[in-house]
Amino acid sequence: MKNNLDIKIAFTIMGLLIMLVGFFQSWGVALSILNLCLISSVMSMGVNMQWGYSGLINFGVMGFLAIGGLAVIVISVPPVYAAWDAGGTGIIMSGLLLAALVYAVFYVHSKVTSKYKNYIIFVLVISIVPIMKVVSGPSIHAIESIDAATSGYLGGFNMPIIFSWFVGALLAAFVAFVTGKVCLGLRSDYLAIATLLISGIVITIVKHEEWLTRGVKNVIGLKRPAPYEVDLQNSDWFIGMIESIYSSRLSKITDIDQQMATLKELVISSSGVFVKLCFSLIFAVVLITLLIFSEKALRSPWGRMMRAIRDNEDAAKAMGKNVVKRHLHIFMIGSAIIGFAGAMLVTYDGLFTPASFQPLRYTFLIWVMVLLGGTGNNYGAILGGFVVWFIWIESAPLALFLINTLLSQVDNANEVKKHLIDSIPYFRYLMMGLGLLLVMRYRPKGLLPEKIIKN
Amino acid sequence: MDLLNSIILLTNFIVVPAITYGSQLALGAIGVTLIYGVLRFANFAYGDLMAFATMIVILFTWYLQSIGISLGVLPTALIALPIGIIATILISIFFDKAVFKYYREKKSDPVILIVVSLGVMFILNAIVRIIIGPGDVTFMDGSRFILKANEFKNLTGLNEGLAIKSTQLITFITTIITCSLLFYFLNKTKTGKSMRAYSNNEDLALLSGIDPGKIILLTWILVSILATIAGTLYGLDKSFKPLAYWNNLLPIFAATIVGGIGNPLGAFYGGFVIAFTEIGLTYAYKKFFIYLLPEQLEPNSLVQYISTDYKFAISFAILIVVLIYRPNGIFKGKVI
Amino acid sequence: MFFSAKKLTGGYGGANIIEDCYFEVERGEIVSILGPNGAGKSTAMKAMLGILNNSTGDVFLEGKNINKMKPQDRIKSGISFVPQTNNIFTELTVRENLEMGAFLIEGDINDRLNEMFDLFPIIKEKSDQFAGELSGGQRQQVALARALMTDPKVLMLDEPTAGVSPVVMDEIFQHILNIKGKNIAVLMVEQNARQALDISDRGYILVTGRNAYEGSGEYLLNDNEIKRSFLGG
Repeated sequence: MKNNLDIKIAFTIMGLLIMLVGFFQSWGVALSILNLCLISSVMSMGVNMQWGYSGLINFGVMGFLAIGGLAVIVISVPPVYAAWDAGGTGIIMSGLLLAALVYAVFYVHSKVTSKYKNYIIFVLVISIVPIMKVVSGPSIHAIESIDAATSGYLGGFNMPIIFSWFVGALLAAFVAFVTGKVCLGLRSDYLAIATLLISGIVITIVKHEEWLTRGVKNVIGLKRPAPYEVDLQNSDWFIGMIESIYSSRLSKITDIDQQMATLKELVISSSGVFVKLCFSLIFAVVLITLLIFSEKALRSPWGRMMRAIRDNEDAAKAMGKNVVKRHLHIFMIGSAIIGFAGAMLVTYDGLFTPASFQPLRYTFLIWVMVLLGGTGNNYGAILGGFVVWFIWIESAPLALFLINTLLSQVDNANEVKKHLIDSIPYFRYLMMGLGLLLVMRYRPKGLLPEKIIKN
Repeated sequence: MDLLNSIILLTNFIVVPAITYGSQLALGAIGVTLIYGVLRFANFAYGDLMAFATMIVILFTWYLQSIGISLGVLPTALIALPIGIIATILISIFFDKAVFKYYREKKSDPVILIVVSLGVMFILNAIVRIIIGPGDVTFMDGSRFILKANEFKNLTGLNEGLAIKSTQLITFITTIITCSLLFYFLNKTKTGKSMRAYSNNEDLALLSGIDPGKIILLTWILVSILATIAGTLYGLDKSFKPLAYWNNLLPIFAATIVGGIGNPLGAFYGGFVIAFTEIGLTYAYKKFFIYLLPEQLEPNSLVQYISTDYKFAISFAILIVVLIYRPNGIFKGKVI
Repeated sequence: MFFSAKKLTGGYGGANIIEDCYFEVERGEIVSILGPNGAGKSTAMKAMLGILNNSTGDVFLEGKNINKMKPQDRIKSGISFVPQTNNIFTELTVRENLEMGAFLIEGDINDRLNEMFDLFPIIKEKSDQFAGELSGGQRQQVALARALMTDPKVLMLDEPTAGVSPVVMDEIFQHILNIKGKNIAVLMVEQNARQALDISDRGYILVTGRNAYEGSGEYLLNDNEIKRSFLGG
């Protein structure tokens, strides 16, 4: 009972803080924070499943997020027909060949018993790169040279963007399957390093395979699951709605021209807020659905088994549980959720910028959310997502405020003060580090510790 | 003649850069391996510790330059090294006392220490970027080249030039000296041996009267020296950019594991293994083959195994192969 | 008594493993602590070394109560210990193992090294090999030599013959007899009770954490009840 109370209080405080931002900064900012808090919470729930449910250390979060983003591009963007004509067949054939080669590696690994097995695998793996290069090279070149300045890539399938979120999850799960097969038997510290490297490779791929993602040239102007501001501003129902909401304020203005001008201003500013609200609604639905499912899962026999494995791997093994297989499953599920969140993030941003993926921001920040919120507790992971993102955003104004207050006597032209003010974006890293260390030391189970579930 | 040209070509574009890069990785990897051997966790803050150390060296170099002190042909940063080392030792000891000690005494799981090292990483990263900014900083002075490509061509009459930057030579020599001293210390002195003993068998080391506090202190001192030297050499050779040090951490980890985590000599070799594979596999051999093959066989493509963009993939591939087939590293030998 | 413990009580937190135990050993004497599995033999030894966190009782060395001393200081004052497992530095050479044994000795240790080489000739032969590469019996000799490097007055051995073949066991016991000849007080915990008593001057038999029987090696070997209960008939 007490735990529930904690959860309610914590989330009420969080809500109030976001409201405060709404009142003091603007509702647009408040809703942006809320939306990214919601997305972050989904991410941290994914990591929490891997780390909190089963003790797997996945430092490849950034990679799985990028895979989700990639899915958005591939699924939702309209196809570039000229590029498909130029190199589409070649790419599809190369894709099939790659799949065949990867399958061959796994096949040799599991079926062949020759003493030269390892050498065969080695030669196969080594040969993948040059084979792919020769096979796909001409098509890639053809695709990338078509209208390079504005497209130069294949585009996607022009399907609904929400659908791409699910594809992102599937794709991430697939990549997790392949990496999990290779890495999950490793010791925890090796697993951490291996997943970190894998995420580095994924980012390299999305950054440099321009035929697929346009690389550092970015893909912008993505579809939205919510209306566009411009459309809202021109639709009668929206204008009517704003008119009725602000009717008392508008009626005080006597001059009709001025009244119209005020209304127009209100419509413009409200349209942004409205779009963000739509996003909030969608994200909240995702988060709540996810929460319901994972809470159910935690209480199911499956969840019980996962906890048993985490708490005593050897005993679980002795009881005949296939620990590696279970780990693979949870690794895939967690990664799928992270991929889903990555797709949500790219959709919300409206653009895909591979170069912006940095491990500090997209891997370790998510880890801070999980550790701070409460390892093994879904509500904790969500709270962590909210708190950490809030601090992440609000630490800059806070740092500015602190610098100005503490150094109020110092002249604004003072070099040190100017330098400090220039460095404000980096104070958030300091806050994150301190927050993480303090939580690990004084509240090692997080703000909302894992509940002991009695079965 | 063509044979000579081709050899010079490979020396210039593979051997010299790989030796330099390998030296930087080797120094870094030995630091990571020492921490792992004695304190028993993979320290993710190590890249940022190198960045911090280099920052201090840069700041002091600027000061020296501003008062007109220089080393002539050598970079001024070399005089600033001791200051960087002292500052790094102090901050390492601070973080050990304030953060790591608690978990060590509690005998926490190594995973917890990894997570805690993330916190230290964030803080160091912030400190560096707040103080010196996120951008590129060049602090190299002194002479740029030992050997210029044109001079070499004129000297030998070959088509291919061989250029050796002074930073490359400094990197290599400093690495050899530092590592020789370190291995002498670990293998020949009583304190060094006690450090290895502690790393090998903590309980028995305690029973032999070895003081763990001193060993841990000593480890942080050695690690700080290595981090400062490695960071400064890297910064001199390329340029200083805080995030570059974080990116270097991954090949450093790979080198550490290739050499057998906890094994300093292995880490030394591991650095060169990673460097040579990375550079060897990303180099385009077209020109090399043009020199060696008859005209009709000359390649049209670049003859490059994989593009430079994918150097992470090389570290990763080596790492995976080693972890699966030789989890204790590919080198046998003394483990710290 | 040269080295003695009285009223030792303690465990690893939770219930006490040993209760009111006492042991005594003179210089140039081998004393065995015997008893069934789980009797608390090794625990008693740890308590005497001061590495058991929850223990009370008194330990005397040359009449001085060393109870308040940290384990490190007990080693400095002349007590050496060979654990049952992990008792060598596998990744150090044999010679380095001995040097680590002499870590607390300031100054030249060549005399000590030579003495060990005399006592354990095989060690001299293998001195530049990694200790981890040696056979089980050779490892035990390295472990003994490491512990003897400080020139201790008391040597405590935790099951020195655990897991070695009978031939090697005899060899190790012979070495222990040689060590006794150096005027050292040897206190050892043993599973191989009969063989241990053969070379012991005296023995203590612990049962469920308490002293049950004691006496000379000969007496314990010949007592019918002890024979039946502890020596396998």
